[in-house]
Amino acid sequence: MIRCSVEQYIIDIENAVVTYREDIALRGISLQVSNGEFLGIVGPNGAGKTTLLTTINGTGRLTSGRVCVLGHHLKPGNGHTLRKKVGYVAQIQNIDPRMPINVREAILMGRYGLIGLLKRPGIHDWEIIDEVLELVGMTHLSRRPIGHLSGGEQQRVAIARCLAQEPQIMLLDEPTASLDWKAKNDILQLVKLVHLKRQLTTLFVTHDLEALPAQCNRVVLLKDGFIWGQGSPDQILIDKNLSQVYSIPLEEVQKRRMITIVS
Amino acid sequence: MDFSIFGYQFMQNAILTALLGGIACSVIGVFVVLLHMPFIGVCMSHAAFAGALLGLLFHFDPLIGAFALSLIAAAIIGPLADRGELNPETSVGIIFSLMLGIAFLIMGLMPTTQSAAWDLLWGSILTNTWNDVLFLAIVAVIVVGLVFAFYKEIKTTIFNREIALSVGIPATFILYGILFLTGATITTTLHSIGGLLIFSLILNPAATAYQLTYSMKNMFILAALFGVLSGWLGLLFSYWFNIPSGATIVITSSLIFGFAALFSPKKKSAKISKQLFLRA
Repeated sequence: MIRCSVEQYIIDIENAVVTYREDIALRGISLQVSNGEFLGIVGPNGAGKTTLLTTINGTGRLTSGRVCVLGHHLKPGNGHTLRKKVGYVAQIQNIDPRMPINVREAILMGRYGLIGLLKRPGIHDWEIIDEVLELVGMTHLSRRPIGHLSGGEQQRVAIARCLAQEPQIMLLDEPTASLDWKAKNDILQLVKLVHLKRQLTTLFVTHDLEALPAQCNRVVLLKDGFIWGQGSPDQILIDKNLSQVYSIPLEEVQKRRMITIVS
Repeated sequence: MDFSIFGYQFMQNAILTALLGGIACSVIGVFVVLLHMPFIGVCMSHAAFAGALLGLLFHFDPLIGAFALSLIAAAIIGPLADRGELNPETSVGIIFSLMLGIAFLIMGLMPTTQSAAWDLLWGSILTNTWNDVLFLAIVAVIVVGLVFAFYKEIKTTIFNREIALSVGIPATFILYGILFLTGATITTTLHSIGGLLIFSLILNPAATAYQLTYSMKNMFILAALFGVLSGWLGLLFSYWFNIPSGATIVITSSLIFGFAALFSPKKKSAKISKQLFLRA
């Protein structure tokens, strides 16, 4: 694997272009992330947020450009080693309620890449699982079949799996989408707690401004595969910008944000 | 009751075939059921059938033809399913119909040897030789050995390929491995169980086990148990009632599934969890 410098940035993306057949998902994005940073990636549906995350963990295929993560220069097919160090929490998916896998096993999967082929998980691995189960508050449900959990609980499991991996970077893709207020709030609290305890470089994707954690240092606004703008949350998340990024009239943005503030 | 029949070599071979074929097919069945691609079994068995017919038509070993064509089918289904360009079931369905077309085309071209073709389609567990049994034993050991060696990778890939990839498991490689293993198992059991009947011996025991357990390890063990049990009970019934053995094995395995589905503890819990999910 070709090495590249990590001294300055833990993630260094230069002019990344990603296409899916005739659709262009990313149109030349450049982004640098420092170690320990908490980055919010905000934009409407179809802006390229998920694609941006998949270029960072190497599951997405880069059409052109350069991606350096943790000193690895990503090329097609060389992402396996890197992915062991990058935790990815995907969007909530439907799980078959009869799936013969319980919560502990689903979290242990986070360690399988690290353990490596032809080896079995040892005591140390199970200790880590117990620790992350405790951290995400799922110890009492550890033997429950994975398909029997609520959306919020499934998301806790996904975060626990990611932490079990002991990653250096944590990628969260809409972790609060389709959750109710309480579950959403709980997950945001958990993300905050995890960041406090582990100080992981975190990229948090959301289309929902209410779901942006307060400890976010920097926000990147994505639209149509471009970086529309970036800055501190206070600077960038202003009504005028949001009206343009989400293509809705300014008054509508003001009205919606009013409701949010009141509630 | 007269059990002297079990003293005969052909019957002992049939019992061993049911044991080894039952284990190999049921383990493959767990993949098929949990990947929600039940048609893979049908598709692969018809590919193997068409390949074996090619062998009969051009006078080479039908086993080689069966093996080659089922691997080609796996190699086509894999990328189509993997890239998500087609719904996996659609791609499997298209390959299935293509293989069926090829099979019938060859059968039309070889009017003199059709009885051999019918044998492949229906199978003939009672005519298995000691060599067939030995061959099956090797396949069963390979299948169980590979599942044992790559258990954690297989488990994660079956659960969710995106998760498997994101934790650093070579999920694409594992998926292709599963498809190839399916093809190889079907090919080697084709002669004994038959192209049409093998599908039920793959699907039914695994589907039965799926009704009864929330542990994947137990699912593999139960599926193998039900596979062997279907084979043995089927043989016994076919002897008692003097009816065709292959068909009896399939019907027995379907009946076992029926009982498991009726008394499945998951039916209740699935209902409850659905209600809870809707309420949440």
